Amino acid sequence: MRPVIPYVTAALLFGLGVYGVLRRRNAVLVLMAVELMLNAVNLILVTADTTVRAVLPHSGQVFALFVIVLAAAEIGVGLAIVLQLYRLRASVTVDDVPLTEPADDRVGVGSGGDAGTGSAGGRTEVGR
Amino acid sequence: MTGADVLLLALGAVAVGSGVLVVATKHLVRAGLYLVLCLGALAGDYLVLTAELVAWVQVLIYVGAVVVLLLFAVMLTRAPIGASDDLDRPGWPAALIGGGVGLGLAALLVDAFRWSSVELPAAGTAEGIGEQVFRSWVLPFEVLSVLLLAALVGAIILSRPDIGRRPDTAASSSRTKVVR
Repeated sequence: MRPVIPYVTAALLFGLGVYGVLRRRNAVLVLMAVELMLNAVNLILVTADTTVRAVLPHSGQVFALFVIVLAAAEIGVGLAIVLQLYRLRASVTVDDVPLTEPADDRVGVGSGGDAGTGSAGGRTEVGR
Repeated sequence: MTGADVLLLALGAVAVGSGVLVVATKHLVRAGLYLVLCLGALAGDYLVLTAELVAWVQVLIYVGAVVVLLLFAVMLTRAPIGASDDLDRPGWPAALIGGGVGLGLAALLVDAFRWSSVELPAAGTAEGIGEQVFRSWVLPFEVLSVLLLAALVGAIILSRPDIGRRPDTAASSSRTKVVR
């Protein structure tokens, strides 16, 4: 078995993941590209496990399992954030996410009752 | 070139090809389906590399759970069936950085391993992995379970409907109505 084949596969997959994270604008697609990167790392770990004689056998595979669990946790929290973003903004475009708190002078500009019913309607609509 | 090499080459080509389609396609749902193909090819790679347990865990958790969650998110956020043009930002920098990272790592690994050959070990069993997990790596395993609990609680708290309820959400809620 030539170890260079899976190693190069993993390197190319990691590059694709980096490209996807930087290029994509939709948050779900960004998460998919992150999955590509995590899988490239997993492939490196498993290949190293079979090609390198280590003191502890199968450590690479154990680490690959740990990375898979981490990816599952990451995707759960990430999708919760994405869905919350969609509920608040009706869009999952990463470029539109405001990174600062809204200014205080906007608080109380709209009539409170209208805003309350509007956001309540949005909640029930998305929550269904 | 042995049979394992041919298999690794073919599966690697499938994985990289479908990975390209994941980051390049204009259809949201198809990106998820190409991701299934890519992860399945990687599971085949793990099988060839004698990591059977990892391969089946990959099929169960990645293809079974993660991709289904991603497709759920696609459907819950936005469900255009056709192509959409606003998925990408124009990006030479992304192509430059991604290509640089991928080809740089590939050159590094090719330089490190050349065309050397390694004997594949006997097919790994779940018994060996379980022994390692519960003997050498028990502490990380337990820490990981705490992390999973934290992620569970975090996801539940993030999904609470009263987050972001501010008086100034009138603008965004009116945008919601328009979009609907």
